[in-house]
Amino acid sequence: MTVIPKQVPPVLEVEGLCLAYDDGTAPRRVVQDVSFRINPGEVVALVGESGSGKTTTAQSIIGLLAANGRVERGSIKLNGTDIARWTDRQLQTVRGARISLVPQDPGNSLNPVKNIGAQIGEIFRIHGALRPDEIDRRVISLLERVGLSEPELRARQYPHELSGGMRQRVLIAIAIALKPQLIIADEPTSALDVTVQKRILDLIDELRAEYGTAVLLVTHDLGVAADRADRIVVLQNGRIQEQGAASAVLAAPRSPYTRELLAAAPSFARPVSRPQSEVRSSPPGVEDDIVVVDGLVREFAGAGSSRFRAVDELSFRVRRGSTHAIVGESGSGKTTTIRSIVGFDKPTAGRIVIDGTDLSCLAGEDLRQFRRRIQLVYQNPYGSLDPRQSILQIVTEPLLNFGRLKRVDREAKAWAILTRVGLPEDVFARRPHALSGGQRQRVAIARALVLDPQVLVLDEAVSALDVSVQARILALLQELQSDLGLTYVFVSHDLAVVRQISDTVSVLRDGRLVDGGTVSEVFEHPRSAYTRELINAIPGQSRRAAA
Amino acid sequence: MTTFDTLHEETAADARRQRQGQRSRAASTLRRVPPGLALSWLILATVFLWAVAPSLFTGYDPLEGVGGAQLKRPTAEHLLGTDALGRDLYARIIHGAVHSLTGAFVAVGLGLIVGTGLGVVAGSVRRRFDDAIMRLVDVFLSIPPLLLSLSIIILLGFGTVNAAIAVGVTSVAGFARLARAEVVRVRRSDYVEAAFGSGGTFVSVLWRHILPNSLTSVLAFASLQFGSAVLQISTLGFLGYGAPPPTPEWGLLIAEGRNYISTAWWLTTAPGVVVVLVVLAANRVSQSFGRAAA
Repeated sequence: MTVIPKQVPPVLEVEGLCLAYDDGTAPRRVVQDVSFRINPGEVVALVGESGSGKTTTAQSIIGLLAANGRVERGSIKLNGTDIARWTDRQLQTVRGARISLVPQDPGNSLNPVKNIGAQIGEIFRIHGALRPDEIDRRVISLLERVGLSEPELRARQYPHELSGGMRQRVLIAIAIALKPQLIIADEPTSALDVTVQKRILDLIDELRAEYGTAVLLVTHDLGVAADRADRIVVLQNGRIQEQGAASAVLAAPRSPYTRELLAAAPSFARPVSRPQSEVRSSPPGVEDDIVVVDGLVREFAGAGSSRFRAVDELSFRVRRGSTHAIVGESGSGKTTTIRSIVGFDKPTAGRIVIDGTDLSCLAGEDLRQFRRRIQLVYQNPYGSLDPRQSILQIVTEPLLNFGRLKRVDREAKAWAILTRVGLPEDVFARRPHALSGGQRQRVAIARALVLDPQVLVLDEAVSALDVSVQARILALLQELQSDLGLTYVFVSHDLAVVRQISDTVSVLRDGRLVDGGTVSEVFEHPRSAYTRELINAIPGQSRRAAA
Repeated sequence: MTTFDTLHEETAADARRQRQGQRSRAASTLRRVPPGLALSWLILATVFLWAVAPSLFTGYDPLEGVGGAQLKRPTAEHLLGTDALGRDLYARIIHGAVHSLTGAFVAVGLGLIVGTGLGVVAGSVRRRFDDAIMRLVDVFLSIPPLLLSLSIIILLGFGTVNAAIAVGVTSVAGFARLARAEVVRVRRSDYVEAAFGSGGTFVSVLWRHILPNSLTSVLAFASLQFGSAVLQISTLGFLGYGAPPPTPEWGLLIAEGRNYISTAWWLTTAPGVVVVLVVLAANRVSQSFGRAAA
């Protein structure tokens, strides 16, 4: 650990910062007495869950608080000058030039009607930093610097022609264009696949080393913070719980909240040996595979007469009562596969047998009856619940669809299952918008379970949730599995989570199975280079290696 | 200022949801209603009362002229003067409200029911049926509305209701497009797929999820259409294709007053102003619906 000499003045010094939002009636404090400093060339991670005030803090530094937000007390000193109460016009001289921002969502942060070159060139034009004839040349060199191939072509392209990772590189190019002293990276990689995430974070690291820029990394992922940050600031409910050197905070957390976060982070969890011996020991050949996928092919019509193969000759089997994970990055065919398994999509070729029923011969009423046995939980708990129904209505609806139960019995059953997934009674009459993300996902699980299915397909069911919420949902899923003997097909891009909860894994790439087997086999002896790459990209390696 | 207004409306909506201290919140919500919106509601309410109980507002007969009282200037006795046959203009405007309003209601109702029905069917069945309906709608959209309604009136014959039907048919295409777009959007959402996944049949999912979630903007569009229907019906009346004289329909009043514009300008101006106010008020109110829905 290097101790930075005291005489180096910090780039940024935040002291006693209090931020509040005006909600019409009374101001609501969201950040309370936050103080930290960032030295030149240092990476400081601001860690916390949603609602902890980490993004609000980051926004206030660059003067981009929402219209109803304001600084109540405290100072934000950039090189010794307090900028907390500067006007927009004053801040414009600083934004981009001395502090820059890498926003969270690369999908929404670029202007869709301007090409990439024009958007990067804009920052030079705004600050009048270059002569117009030099701008194009600088744009190309910047694009090259952030690792985009064919920079001349990229400069002419529009954002929709680029992948998420490429767009994030463009945003980084804009952020470093004027070599600022501080880059604020607000969850720069949470929308990206793990391997892309690793490359982007490597890039930020490299640029920092090259330009000596300090980085404020806002993240909910302690694994990322552990790998990249020199110092960590842990926020909860707008207050600092703990701050210190990254290694010290992680090795010996002082606050109970940090300990809780560490325990919840799947990247730090040691591989657990799940009590699955009795499942393992059943001899092969005995028909105990509840899900059988054999030679699954799904083609989509591509441009012209070409056909695009989303899933190519995929086969795997899932034992009754076990958890099978399907792993891959976006575009690997995970979603297409599970949509075929739950009967929303007809495969081009191949056979899917669920609990002895061949899906290809089901249609109409038979298919509807089949749905009782396999249920899907969606990735996004904000989109999978009808905003106009109450929680109780949402969970009783499947029972209504299959008739036979009286209204009172339906409600009693829904009531029981909602209690079973750990929801308090006072939310039953509310609409989904009044619930948190974790609660909504519990509702979605309750809706899936109310029909007593045998197989539950979870499509990235915990990816949109905070780590501690994620940990609680995963615990709930394991508990339900052992109580009800459920079989899970668990789709994820997060290998750390997969290692924690599943028994067997299929690794998909471009629609093909590249690796498969039990979790220990795949994680300890990966057969393909791609699996190894995925495993290496899991954040938090440095800490695991140290432990 | 605008941002603050929206914020207030949002907090007001939140307050409504929480259902706490409802009465005091309701009072404060009322105080926060922008004056323009309040005025618009007032105008619409007044016109509605005119249509329901015209005798409350005037003692004059709209059809019987008074001998020797032709083309009087506005006085305390005749608020807006009298026309060439000695009929009180104020009374005629008030009694005309019922024609314009029923016409607008019938027109919007027709467009809403037929158009939304077509759009919902097109949006939920998709494929060939969808294509057929939407190409038909495209054809409808390509005909100028006035030309279309004139042709329909010529086919059906003159009259208030026929004019209303003619105006309604022109708005079917707009409703169908909007309803289809909304249905397609809602259909793609996860919760609709989840509803199918939990065993919902086509009809039950359509009824429970797709319709309630797609109708909000259709209803906002309907109230917007109300204003333009009033305008279109007046246009037809003005051209002589609406209600026959001596019906005191607003468009007809404007047309009749036009002959005396140099000597009695108020005869054509007063009903014109009323039409403009009603259309603007309807637009303002529908705008507030749209914002609440968004």
